[in-house]
Amino acid sequence: MSIILILFCVLSFITLATAFLTIYSRNPIHSAIYLVICFFSIAGHYLLLNAQFLAIVHVIVYSGAIMILMLFTIMLMNLNNRNDVHKPRITRLGAIVLFILMCVVLIGIFINSKPIVGEYISTGEDYQSIKVLGKILLNEYMVPFEFASILLLVAMIGAVLLSKKEKITK
Amino acid sequence: MDSTFIIEKSVVILVVFAFTMLMAMYSTWAERKVAAYLQDRVGPNRAGWGGLLQPLADGLKLFSKEEFEPNTPNRFLFFTGPAIAMSTALITSAVIPWGDRFHLFGRDILLQATDIDVAMLYIFGVLSIGVYGIMIGGWASNNKFSLIGAIRAASQMVSYEVAMGLSIIALLMMTGTLSLREISAQQAGMNWNVFYQPLSFLIFLICAFAETNRTPFDLAECETELIGGYHTEYSSMKMGFYLFAEYANMFISSTILAVLFFGGYNYPGMSWVVEHWGVNIANVFGIGALFIKLCGFIFFYMWVRWTIPRFRYDQLMHLGWRILIPLSIFNIIITGIVLLRVEIMAYLGF
Repeated sequence: MSIILILFCVLSFITLATAFLTIYSRNPIHSAIYLVICFFSIAGHYLLLNAQFLAIVHVIVYSGAIMILMLFTIMLMNLNNRNDVHKPRITRLGAIVLFILMCVVLIGIFINSKPIVGEYISTGEDYQSIKVLGKILLNEYMVPFEFASILLLVAMIGAVLLSKKEKITK
Repeated sequence: MDSTFIIEKSVVILVVFAFTMLMAMYSTWAERKVAAYLQDRVGPNRAGWGGLLQPLADGLKLFSKEEFEPNTPNRFLFFTGPAIAMSTALITSAVIPWGDRFHLFGRDILLQATDIDVAMLYIFGVLSIGVYGIMIGGWASNNKFSLIGAIRAASQMVSYEVAMGLSIIALLMMTGTLSLREISAQQAGMNWNVFYQPLSFLIFLICAFAETNRTPFDLAECETELIGGYHTEYSSMKMGFYLFAEYANMFISSTILAVLFFGGYNYPGMSWVVEHWGVNIANVFGIGALFIKLCGFIFFYMWVRWTIPRFRYDQLMHLGWRILIPLSIFNIIITGIVLLRVEIMAYLGF
């Protein structure tokens, strides 16, 4: 077994185990911390695929920003971990069926997907470099890129507006 | 991957690690000496000449103190907090170029643990992880004051990360690369970035103060309001780790300031020295130049600490969100116009 394969097995084990523990643990803060570890191991998978930029941006955005805000919310709300809402049986059944359907879709995607890494290597393009990535984003995919940025801007302005609501009504 | 490469990198990493530890240790001594000088006192002078053995004595004291544990249900997380704080403080140094290439034993030795393409983003990534050390430690202490201190520190760090990232974008537009090695190399001679991007440097400096939780932004350690901040419940070497991590962070951020804005290992007349005395001697001077620059920044940190009083919390947030962020966006626009001036003039028909 090569080192890459061993690393992949270890990382996959950590990803799946922490993802499972995220939904299994009773304390919401422990759940959040397991999720952070899960995100880190996913960043490790990106590094195994030689995608440095994606790995680091994943760490900054998911672990560094989103999960920290999540932890803030949980810590400040001081959720009572004993206060579980009992869900009716039909909801649980529905969740299981939906999960299985989701798995079928995902397996279908993975079976039909073609690994694009080999193609990039054969063209001799340095696909890890930020320069190449930036040129592709702003030439070939410029319209979706700009749409995504407008979407993010609108979401940000909306969040600011929501937090300012009290002052406007005065 | 050949074994000499691994040995070479291991030596570089070990030396950098030892040097960071040594600098963090002696920063505590320097801080007390600077404070004493500014307040017209003598400062530590009992252990060793001029108190030079004081950090060792402090370390010994911290190690031999009783290890107290609060009654917390999260013992593991309580131990993890200082560990995260310390390791994130140390791993940032991996991407810093400490000098140019040495030419020894017939091979080029790079004084840098790793030269990745996304070095600047790596530093921001590590910075954002550093918040976890404080938050987890403060929460696991099972103490309201620790929790409030941790939330204060973390929200301050998250807010100033935004302004810091935006301020650095203007610099990156100019350099066109994220690699710290290339940024250093571009500043050869006296082409230091601080002359081209003074506003970016100012914003970055203020944010660096806030990120390292130093005065005037040390709201997390407001004794009058919060007892001791997020490390109230910590004792012995666990508290020592938090304080040590703060000094290591200060050292690393001084180095990053020197590398990004003050030319890194470059000094005036470097090309002359390379020509006449060889690459290796020029590099030794280069390391010395970087060391002097970063010591200057560390002194500046201490100078500010004993000069400016602490801000109020709303003033801190006001400065971060309403002044620094618009200012750095303005800086980005100005830099963009200056970079594209030829195209803009051509478009307008001049």
